[in-house]
Amino acid sequence: MELSQPPPVRRLTGNEGNGHATRSALREERNGAGRAPESGFVSAPRRVTPATVAIDRMHVDGLSVSYGQKRAVDSVSLPIRQGEVLALIGPSGCGKTTLLRSLNRLTELTKGTSYSGQVTLDGLDIAQMEPTELRRRVTMVFQQPNPFPMSVFDNVAYVLREQAKRRPRRREVAGAVRDALGRAGLLDEVADNLDHPALRLSGGQQQRLCIARALAANPEVLLLDEPCSALDPQSTKVIEDLIVRLRDDVAVVIVTHNLQQAYRVADYVAFMYLGELVEYASAQTVFGSPREQRTRDYVSGAFG
Amino acid sequence: MDEYIPTERGAGWSQDQRAELWLVCIVVGLLIAMLVFVLHAAWPSFSHNGLGWFGTGGRVDGQIQAIFTSGDLKSTPLYVFHAWPLIWSTALITGVAVVIAFGSSLFVAVFIVEFAPDWLRGVLEPVVRLLASVPSVIYGLLGVLILVPLIGNHLITQQEKASVNPTVQLSGYGLLAAILVLTIMVAPIMIAVFVNGLRAVPRNWIEGSLALGINRWRTFWMVAVRTARPALVAGTVLATARALGESVMLSMLSGGVGFAPNPADGLIFLFEPSRGLASTILFNTDELSSPPMQHTLYAIAAVLLFSAVMLSFAGWAAKQPMKRYGVIA
Amino acid sequence: MGGEAADEALRGDRVSVTVSPAPPRPLGRVPTRRPESSASWRLSDRIGLAVAWALGLFFCALTAAIVIYLLVQGLRYVSPHLFVTHPTAGFSETQTGGFLDPLIGTGIVALIAMGIALPVGTAIAVWLSEFGRPAPLARVAEATVEMLAGAPSIVLALFGALIFESPLLGFLSQQTNHVVLGRSFFAAGAMLSLVALPLVVTNVREGLQAIPSHVREASYAVGKSKVATTRRVLLPAARPSVVTGAMLGLGRVIGDTAIVLVLLGATLNLQGAGGPAILSTLRGQGSTMTSYIYENAPTGEGNQPTKAYAAAFVLLMIVLALNVLVDLAGRRARELRWS
Repeated sequence: MELSQPPPVRRLTGNEGNGHATRSALREERNGAGRAPESGFVSAPRRVTPATVAIDRMHVDGLSVSYGQKRAVDSVSLPIRQGEVLALIGPSGCGKTTLLRSLNRLTELTKGTSYSGQVTLDGLDIAQMEPTELRRRVTMVFQQPNPFPMSVFDNVAYVLREQAKRRPRRREVAGAVRDALGRAGLLDEVADNLDHPALRLSGGQQQRLCIARALAANPEVLLLDEPCSALDPQSTKVIEDLIVRLRDDVAVVIVTHNLQQAYRVADYVAFMYLGELVEYASAQTVFGSPREQRTRDYVSGAFG
Repeated sequence: MDEYIPTERGAGWSQDQRAELWLVCIVVGLLIAMLVFVLHAAWPSFSHNGLGWFGTGGRVDGQIQAIFTSGDLKSTPLYVFHAWPLIWSTALITGVAVVIAFGSSLFVAVFIVEFAPDWLRGVLEPVVRLLASVPSVIYGLLGVLILVPLIGNHLITQQEKASVNPTVQLSGYGLLAAILVLTIMVAPIMIAVFVNGLRAVPRNWIEGSLALGINRWRTFWMVAVRTARPALVAGTVLATARALGESVMLSMLSGGVGFAPNPADGLIFLFEPSRGLASTILFNTDELSSPPMQHTLYAIAAVLLFSAVMLSFAGWAAKQPMKRYGVIA
Repeated sequence: MGGEAADEALRGDRVSVTVSPAPPRPLGRVPTRRPESSASWRLSDRIGLAVAWALGLFFCALTAAIVIYLLVQGLRYVSPHLFVTHPTAGFSETQTGGFLDPLIGTGIVALIAMGIALPVGTAIAVWLSEFGRPAPLARVAEATVEMLAGAPSIVLALFGALIFESPLLGFLSQQTNHVVLGRSFFAAGAMLSLVALPLVVTNVREGLQAIPSHVREASYAVGKSKVATTRRVLLPAARPSVVTGAMLGLGRVIGDTAIVLVLLGATLNLQGAGGPAILSTLRGQGSTMTSYIYENAPTGEGNQPTKAYAAAFVLLMIVLALNVLVDLAGRRARELRWS
């Protein structure tokens, strides 16, 4: 396999080697040894990712989405499993956000969208489910933190209160609220005053609040649309750690244009280009020895 | 106001700028003078009656008559005036109309912004604009020619009329007609402001709520309406100011008698005639030649102006707590 | 597929699963997607939606009823001769003539009022938006305009009576034996301009503020002064807003009754005050369509319901036409939006 030498991403890893992707090397790499992979992608040490059991949650089957005449997503098929973090990567306009939004039928808010193919959640066709029901099980966190103009407590309790048949009391939801804030890693910082206005929190805290809010109703799938792109590196790190911790309870799908981030958090990576799914493989493969030339080019920074 | 001010050579401002500054000063000065003039002209009436001006005591119509006749050069001017029936009428009609209009306007505004099908929205928006621009005298005319006979002949029984005959005449000109028409007059104003406020809610908040699985109705109500609360306050203030100052339509429909409607009267209460502050001024403008009458009318005008200013202030005050939760005000 | 992946995982290794892209399939017929229906909502939500629908339809029905009723009655009673006949005192409908004078009266007050409000309002708006120094004066000006917007027109009418009755302004109306009447077209027009002023100021200001700063900077960059920029670049760009403000103000002026009743004397015909022709009319008294309707309603002195209907119909048509024009101007304003 002749590899051209694309300009490497300039990062200090500590160990420069001419790594051959062997099993032991992969394990070492997984533990942070940081050998330079074949593709020329050089990255910071990967976070420790213990092996987990993956449960199928959703399945995308030949899904195509068009806005009018323009085909945004073209016949994509991939599985989404609990226990895994799936990263959707690709250049702007490749359809990764559209794909993400079609998983919880948010694309239906735009007029003129047409679909073919199928997406199933635990075996049920999502197009035949009641949208509100679907979105309780498949929730989303957006790029811009968008907490509601209420207190922290009310934000997280919002979902629980609105979904119930009759409005529950504060005591009844308080436990679930603290739970969700704990899972989102925000509890320590706001525990002393849960009635603090949500919009007074910092950007990173607001985003974690949005994650807590999404987790409050115990969804099965968590969709993240470039959650860290509006945040500073410190908050980004916190949220990335959080994502990795969450994946055992929830299937996580994250759209990101930051390849380093995808490398840090993802177990499986789907590379999309111009609406097509070019390659779907484990993170090691995509960043180490991708099969497709286009993947290799993108991952090594030849275009983006 | 742009921050960038080009440094121009030459001394100070140009002639045009000076002229404009003068113009602004003159206009502002004129308007402030208006305030001062009205207060000055109103003073004798207030000083004679003190706080009793706002209270009860005697028949206000009789007092007005006495004030007028005392205006010729022969008699000493009389200022005795207790305006409570007028104040009560204004407060009652304005209050009830604004409350009813608020509820309906909110629902209609939500409907227009989010839930109406496109064709219906395209009809409703011009409709609301049209209703807002119909002159009040036309509302009065329609009220007199349609609503009043309806109420007078069909809703009020002969018995009821007889029961209050010595004191007041029940004829359809009264609270019910006035409140109904006033509601229809102020609702479009509220709807227009509410719609603007609801439309300004950032779309990503609504999307965020939908993405959490909350249904459209709750999402809109809990997120958009909550966020648009400053607009709700602004619309209510605007509508109330309009209602307070309404003189023409009310003078045609509310009954024209200085009588304080009594809720204890039961159903008849709805049909009792009265007259508000603004209508009272209108009724007596022919009699401005009498100085005591002048002072009294200016006193009423001062009360109206003061209420309008207080209303603006109340609106501002109501928006302050909302700033805490980040609702842009 | 899930099971397989689980086994692989247990062995501590992951087998990459590549899915080669399938050839693009044309989007064929798909089973209809189930949209969000209100059946899944709470009862209170469904009631709320029903109420919203009911009220929305009610408003439409109400407006239709008003317009149609006035249309029917108006067309019954409107005849062309009403437009050209002077109103006369009389007892029966046939004797009371038409509404030529009120029609002219409306035109005159509208002209005077907008003739004052438009230039003054635009100047104030320009000053507030572009200059605005000293800042305290700007705040006071804003507050005053707001106060004016909220002031009832009857109060303005009373104030007008006060100042126009003073001997200083006696030349603007009739004077007999040192007693200034204080009622004339001048007086009414001047006070009506105050009614239109806040609308003009608000709209022009909004229009100017919507112009992004790079337009101003471009003009300054070629050396134009602030005043020239305003006159040659900004105002023409804000023209749709100026038009909207003018028409909204005009609408309020035409529809106002209180100021007319107090300051115009509400005489049946135009009554000149002596002197050169136009000046005589302007200093004299008269009536407008609104005061004509007021007087001819059953509650007024004339009590000619048919004439009132006819006049109301004509007035409504004028207001409708203005509304349509405002709509068009607004649409043009949106087309000229700065991106």
